[in-house]
Amino acid sequence: MNAQSTSPSTIVKVPTGHPGLDQILRGGMPIGRTTLVSGTAGSGKTIFALQFLIGGIRDHDEAAVFVTCEETPDSIRENAASLGFAIVGHEQERKWTFVDATYDPGVEEEVVGAFDFAALIARIEHAVRTTGATRVAIDSLGALMTRYEDAYTVRREMLRVSNALRTLGVTSILTNERGVEHGEIGRFGVEEYVCDNVLILRNTLDEESRRRTLEVLKMRGVDHLTGEFPVTILPNQGLVVITLEGSALNAESSTVRIHSGLEALDEMCNGGMFRDSVSLVSGATGTGKTLLVTEFIDGGASQGERSLIFSFEESRFQLFRNAAGWGRDFETLEASGALRVEAIYPEMRSLEDHLVAIMNAVDEYQPTRIAIDSLSALERISTERSFREFLIGLTSFIKHRQIAALMTATARTLLGGESLTEAHISTLTDMIMLLRYVEMGGEIRRGFAVLKLRGSTHDKRIHEFTVDGTGMNLRGPFRGVTGILSGSPQSVAEASPDLEIVAQMFDPDGGPTS
Amino acid sequence: MNHDFANETGGAPGVSHQFRLFIAGSSPRSARARANLVRVCDETVPDDYSIDVVDVQEQPDLAEEFSVLATPLVVRLAPPPSRRAVGDFTDLQRLAAAMDLYRLPQEESTT
Repeated sequence: MNAQSTSPSTIVKVPTGHPGLDQILRGGMPIGRTTLVSGTAGSGKTIFALQFLIGGIRDHDEAAVFVTCEETPDSIRENAASLGFAIVGHEQERKWTFVDATYDPGVEEEVVGAFDFAALIARIEHAVRTTGATRVAIDSLGALMTRYEDAYTVRREMLRVSNALRTLGVTSILTNERGVEHGEIGRFGVEEYVCDNVLILRNTLDEESRRRTLEVLKMRGVDHLTGEFPVTILPNQGLVVITLEGSALNAESSTVRIHSGLEALDEMCNGGMFRDSVSLVSGATGTGKTLLVTEFIDGGASQGERSLIFSFEESRFQLFRNAAGWGRDFETLEASGALRVEAIYPEMRSLEDHLVAIMNAVDEYQPTRIAIDSLSALERISTERSFREFLIGLTSFIKHRQIAALMTATARTLLGGESLTEAHISTLTDMIMLLRYVEMGGEIRRGFAVLKLRGSTHDKRIHEFTVDGTGMNLRGPFRGVTGILSGSPQSVAEASPDLEIVAQMFDPDGGPTS
Repeated sequence: MNHDFANETGGAPGVSHQFRLFIAGSSPRSARARANLVRVCDETVPDDYSIDVVDVQEQPDLAEEFSVLATPLVVRLAPPPSRRAVGDFTDLQRLAAAMDLYRLPQEESTT
């Protein structure tokens, strides 16, 4: 008796060539199974299939067979090259084999009686056996099947092709067109039953902007994340599935405090910001958000930290000029390698692309601080849902990397008020700071408050601050005034000396009062 | 593969109609296609044709070369232009029409 039987519940998974999808599938696709990738025109099915095969070749030295039914091999080679995949090179190494099943309009083929796809299957088998391929993609099932009218035969042959792939033991992807985004999986109505697994790629129009997503509809025997995940298609990377890196809530929380850039702010926070905190500073235009960013970066530089700034409102030149105006030399800082500035118009890319660009820049530059100025500029280019996904993706990524982040948001009204950005991000942030104009006695003054600081006590009073050639100067708390946050400050009677004494009895340091 | 047809000469130059029949194994459908093709040829171009039978499972290279997807498939190699028909050819009239086998061979130029 041979007791060495593997448990049937053990499913061996292979990486899909899509790191994001591997996360959704918690490791990859089950080996030796067929997966249907269904989507409307332009949803990225072909690219998805290409990457699945290329990923196998590049990362695991697995040979691949690409059955093309729509685009000619030449056109596929060309498109793949534009995404940075050198198919020709892989063909020379015998790692990539085309089975050309494209329709040649010059060749008429009349159907007279019953037929099957034995020839196609024989060709695929031949290609797999001669190269030892373990991955196969058929792009697309629809292009192949719609050439034949007999629906019954087509369904039967789909099943035959799928079974043949399973028998060969290859892990395969069959792409398929669907007419509408939220209807049947495919036009034959049986596609989802023919394959073991079903993935859906969507390309929808959401408030005038394109939104691509991927959803795992069915994955037999595999525990996977559900719902739609944002997807973007980038020039040298191909299709990128955006997922939350790790889980923000499982990420280890740091108790290490870092210098915020302002001694007075560190004091208000009871010792500084946390190492892995995501902070938001909100204020009306001109209140000093970019100034706070400058202080934050400068504070990092003073501790020998590397910082990355994503500026979506001001150019590199403006940023440097502003910093110079506050007595900070960012040009030299950048030249020394302690700072990197990425200034780009929000409209240049979609929000998903911005997220991937930020992630790439972080991976490349490895900063310990990142500033995003401003989120409101990004919010402008996207829908509410995309923006929320962007924020969740960004904050979880940042936390996972143990980076201190400072993001800015513009409040809509000059006095008081709240922005939509705040509403979205407030629960995702560890610290919220407010910058507000305060009208007092016919004079505009500026107030600063720490609204929230997770994991620590903090000074809850509203402090006054001034700006001069040395930057931001936090002063003592406003006294004798109320209603600053609501935008209509009113003088209240100066507290009597007696009351002051009482207050100080409960607050001996005159500092944190929580 | 047993190419057991009396008239089959494997692309002999002496005949004006040359066909290549792609089949998959020895299924009833393959046999039916062969028999029907032979019948049509016998009736329209007797003694002036050859049929080269290719089993795609044994010669996938040829299937690749001819871009064959579906079987059975008959390809008319000569006379030009090339013509193709897919199926078990149960409808003899339609097969004859697809292969342009209405007229007598003499009327077709044989180069």
